[in-house]
This record gives sequence, C-alpha cells and structure tokens, in this order.
Amino acid sequence: MATPAVLTHPESLKNPAGPSEFAKHPVNTALSKADKVALYTKMARIRHFEQRCIRTYQQGKIGGFLHLYVGQEAVAAGTISLLGKHDHIITGYRDHGHALMVGMNMNECMAELTGKVTGCSKGKGGSMHYFAPDKNYWGGHGIVGGQAPLGTGLAYAVKYRGLKGCCLAYMGDGAVNQGAVHEAYNLAALWDLPMIFVIENNGYSMGTSQERSSAHPGCLAKRAEGYGMAWDVINGHDVYEVRAKTAAAVKRAHDESKPTVLEIFTYRYFGHSMADPDKTYRDKEEIKEYREKKDPVLLFENELLAEGVLTPATRDAINEAAMAEAEVAAAFAEESPDPTVADITKHIYWEEDNRGKDTTSRGTIVFE
Amino acid sequence: MAVITYREALRAAMREELQRDENVVLMGEEVAQFNGAYKVTEGLLKEFGPKRVVDTPISEAGFIGLGIGASMLGIRPVMELMFWSFSYVAFDQIVNNAGNIRYMSGGLINCPIVIRGPANGGTNVGATHSHTPEAILASHPGIKVVCPATPYDAKGLMKAAIRDNDPVYVMENTILYNDKGEVPEGDYIVPLGVADVKREGTDLTIVAHGRAVITSLKAAEILEKEHGVSVEVVDLRSIRPLDEDTVLASVRKTHRVLLVEENKPFCGVDAQVAYLIQAKAFDDLDAPIGRVSSIDAPQIYCKRMEDQQLPHPARVVEAALKVLA
Ligand SMILES: Cc1ncc(C[n+]2csc(CCOP(=O)(O)OP(=O)(O)O)c2C)c(N)n1
Ligand SMILES: [Mg+2]
Repeated sequence: MATPAVLTHPESLKNPAGPSEFAKHPVNTALSKADKVALYTKMARIRHFEQRCIRTYQQGKIGGFLHLYVGQEAVAAGTISLLGKHDHIITGYRDHGHALMVGMNMNECMAELTGKVTGCSKGKGGSMHYFAPDKNYWGGHGIVGGQAPLGTGLAYAVKYRGLKGCCLAYMGDGAVNQGAVHEAYNLAALWDLPMIFVIENNGYSMGTSQERSSAHPGCLAKRAEGYGMAWDVINGHDVYEVRAKTAAAVKRAHDESKPTVLEIFTYRYFGHSMADPDKTYRDKEEIKEYREKKDPVLLFENELLAEGVLTPATRDAINEAAMAEAEVAAAFAEESPDPTVADITKHIYWEEDNRGKDTTSRGTIVFE
Repeated sequence: MAVITYREALRAAMREELQRDENVVLMGEEVAQFNGAYKVTEGLLKEFGPKRVVDTPISEAGFIGLGIGASMLGIRPVMELMFWSFSYVAFDQIVNNAGNIRYMSGGLINCPIVIRGPANGGTNVGATHSHTPEAILASHPGIKVVCPATPYDAKGLMKAAIRDNDPVYVMENTILYNDKGEVPEGDYIVPLGVADVKREGTDLTIVAHGRAVITSLKAAEILEKEHGVSVEVVDLRSIRPLDEDTVLASVRKTHRVLLVEENKPFCGVDAQVAYLIQAKAFDDLDAPIGRVSSIDAPQIYCKRMEDQQLPHPARVVEAALKVLA
C-alpha cells in the first residue's frame, strides 16, 4: 500500500460536505440501490437505538456505564458491511454500533442494558460486554486495549484452520497506548496474521485530547511502520471512503495474510459515557461543527438523495421505522424478567452448565 | 472537627502531603485537568501545578512501573488507578517489581510508592470493572494493603501510606466517596496495621473491612433492635500489616465470630483471619466461625442481582443468628 508521506488527516476530511470522491470506488459501485438503502438503514438504526438508550438511561433503567456511538456510525457500518463468513470482529466498550451492524437485534441489546435475562449476555455483561459468537462478534470488552491481543488470536485461529478470513479489532485513540496493543501489533506482523487493527480516532480518550495522550500525535496509524505493517488513514465521516480503504486491508488479509493498521477519524457527540458531563475539555462549538457539517449519517443521506437512491419520503420512512423499532426494544426490555439469584452462579464453568456429562475435573469449584 | 466526605478526606491527605514533602507527586489518568474521574484530586492541579499533579496516557503498566522506578530514586509517587480493576494490566509492575525490589536487593532499595483508587463492586458496571484485589495483593510479602471505610480513616491511612517506605496500596470505594464523617483539620495519621473497634458489643464479634464495615454496622443495629444481640464490629482497616491483637482481644471477649467481606470467598482475606482465630483463640470460641462474602461468581451486571451478590445487612443478620444459635 502507498503510505501517505505526510502526517495529516485525509484530504477528504477537510471538505467533507462535498460529494464523496470514493463513490466511484469499485466496492461502492458494486452496491445495488437496495444495498445502499440497507447500509443507510443500518446507520440510521444505530443512531436511533443510541438515542433511545439515552432516554432509558435518563429514566433510571440503565445504570453503570453507557458509552454511546452517536457520531461514529460510519466506522462500524463501513467496515462491517464488507465482511463475509470467515471474517470476525471484536471491539471495546463502545460496542453497540458494531453489535447492530453484525445483525444483533435491538431487543436483546436493549434488554442487556437494563440487566434483563433476555439480553444478549443474559443480563450478565451489560453495555460494555455484548457478545454474539454466532455472528462472529466476540465482544464488547471493558478493559482498554484488551481486545487487541484477543482479536489477533481470532486471526491466528482463522489462519490455523485454513480459512480465508480475517479479524477486525477496533480500539480508540487512547487505547493505542496500552502495552497489549503493541505486543499484538508485533505478533500480527511477525506471524503474518490476517488482522486489521482499526483505530477509531474520535479525538478524545475521556477528557484527554489526543494531543495530550500520544507522542507523535499527528498520526497514530504510522506506528505500524515500526512493525513493518501497512497502514492508512480514513475520513470516518464518509462511509464510502471507509469501505473503499478498508476493502484494501481486507484484501491484504485475505490474499496475503498480512496485517494492517487503519486510523479512522471520527467524532463522538456525547460525553465519554453518560456519566461524563462533557463540560470542561472541549468546546460546544466544536461539537456543533461536527454535528452540522460532518455528520456521517447526514452526509450519506445527502449522497444517496443526490444519487436518487433515497427520496425524502423513503428517508423519512426508514427513520420512522428505526425509531419505532427502538421503541419496541425499550418496551421489550421493560417487560423482560431479571435473572434470578440462582443464575448468578451459572455460566462460570463448563461442567456447571453441563451437569451429568463426562468432565475432566472433580472437586468443588464454586464456594460458599 | 469538620464533617467532610470520604472523597474530601482523601483529597485533604494528598494536599497536606503535597505541601509537606516536595517529593510527593500525583499521577494517573484524568487526575489533573479533568480533576479526577471520581473528582478525588479536584483542584490539586490548580493548587500545585503540572509538575506535581500529572495526567498520564492509558498506559498502566508504563506509568505504574515509572512510578516504582522514580520511587527508587526518592520520589514519593501517589498513583491513581481509575479502578483497581485496571491494575491487572500492570500486575508485573505492582507485584514483581514493587513487591520484590527491597528483598532482592538485600535491603538496599526503598520503594515508597502509593497506588490508590476504587476497588469495589456494587456499581452496576459488570465483571471487568468490579474487582477487589486486596487479598490477592496482600498475599505477596513486600506489599502493604489498606481499605479505609470512613472519612477519618481515609485521611489518616492515606497520609501514613504516603510516608511509608514500602509500597502501600490503598483500596477506596466509589460507593463510600460521598459518605460523611468527622475528620480533624490538621495533621494526623492512622498507622498501617492498627484495627479499630467501630462498635462495642459483648455477644458476637464481626470482623470486616472496607464497605463491609458499613454493612456490618447496619446489621449490628438490626441485631440489637430486633434480636437483642450486642455486636462488636472490628474494622481491620489494614489488611497487611494485620492487627492480630485487636481481632483476638475481641474474640476473647465475645467468644463468637462472624467474618464479613465483599471479596469472593476462595482465599479471601477472611480465610486468613479464620485461620488466625482458630490457631490463636481456639479455646475461646463457643461456636464455629461464620462467614459472609460475595456470592462466588464473576460480578453480575444486573443491578438487582448484584445487590444480592454482595453482602447486605439482611444476609449478615441471618449469618449472625446462625453463629449465635
Ligand atoms: C486498562 C484500562 N484503563 C483505563 C480504563 C478506563 N477507561 C475506559 S475508556 C477510557 C478512555 C478510552 O479512550 P479511547 O481509547 O480514545 O476510546 P473512546 O472512549 O474514545 O472510544 C478509559 C481511560 C479502562 N477501561 N481500562
Ligand atoms: Mg477516543
């Protein structure tokens, strides 16, 4: 891959309002009208799900941490829309967008947030710990950077089993400073693993701007060079660009079994989590600027309206349906039962869940 | 005496030690400009400036290791972990390096580091963020561990920790941060390794630490009002060094013991305390030692169930009545 010579945000980020120069890229021209509508629908669903979560949180039905993905939709949507049967994903605690993209439904996602037994993790994991292995979605991880080695292991397993696939591990701009991430980089490069590290650079790790957390902050992806890995930077407000550039990394993983680091510039509209009042470390003006001029859902919507793929009427119908779906999910979560006290000690060990089956271990494993 | 919160007490301790000793440095994620994820260090950057109060990247192994190294050369770093659960990515530094350096150097090197932050469940944040590693860490000779339950103890223990010449790990509790109590304005310390009888009684001794002390005090009220039982509550305050004498003196007085902690039972702090009591006060016991811990599972997310998983007053009362039966 041609690596950009200067450390800078992608050119397209500077003028995000215009038509995407990546609309003509083969991975995007390959999309039918219906595919494009489906992609837009998925982005809108993420947005409306998250906005419904805010209300559920404000009603006191979600406790703990709630990290919203609003503003970052094009990253999950663009990257995951490219994946096939043997491609896997893993991410951090800001995991709802990825979950909806792999096909998890709003009901199980909302019920997990309210701690109900009908949640995707049966009320045991919570917002930060969604899982759907049947959809190649391996979490949902609460410890910053911990998913990078795990994802590298998924890529290793894909390669070991002789499958043509890869793993995408997502992390934030703050996570790149965890030691585990660097160890994973080295392993992926050393062992030629079909691995894609996706840095979702939203400019902040909690209240710390990216300039204050990383040496050489102009470009985080360039650290890949230290490991001989390919890298690229992407305007994460343009879903066409995300698809086009991620496709090259997926191809590299599939065809050459080589890893890539992608840095995708994006922005979160809300505080780090709902617990962050978001008043001290960034300007209201900055948020406004992103919301109004670089909104990934809006930009794609305009793109599709201009292409004649969407009409105002179909757009409205899609958004209304997504809102209604989120409303149904909130009702489902409300009506669902809690796990029981007996459930607390289930799913700790395989033999506890499979009583009576032959196992290789004896003795007490859960204590009073 | 002023009535202040547990959070303010911790802050007062750090402020006073920053003033007292120019080698004291505060470090951690979001401690300076953001005033702390839980606002414990609020205002300290403004007062002491960026040389003394330092924001770090999310690199626990790196900055904790750096703090340990700096302490070897005479700095007294007070490192904040946003949660003790994040110490696990820095385990080698915390255990292998800080815990062994004095011993392996034959006593040539000091390691006066404090690592502090919340270590508790009960906040609905799931298994990865709810660890209580005091037992794991205290099981390593070379390391000291304290778990303040009240504002008074929080300030006194923190000051003692900062002045100590060995690594001291202070386990705070987010649920206690807003608890209020009387705290002297000036300088005092609560020495490490001194337990405190938080309530006197004659029929049963409850030994607890951290928030389990508060839970036990509530249970003691209920036991007195509803069952006419007089309960003594011993707050360990410090896990290592452990005040064996205060525990044993209480046992010799009441002859019945219930141990309460928020850890999971296996190899919890109370496993050690139970051994101590049977080894040194066996003849004083009128009944087998009772125990209440968290239900033995990774921390469940569902808030209603997490409240059941942790020790709560009703469960403590029930266990106490069994010991008294
Ligand atoms: C090892 C570890 N340290 C600290 C934290 C607390 N924490 C959670 S998210 C976060 C900020 C991460 O920022 P970034 O990687 O940029 O991701 P973003 O939240 O912006 O998506 C921090 C410090 C954690 N969960 N794990
Ligand atoms: Mg970030």
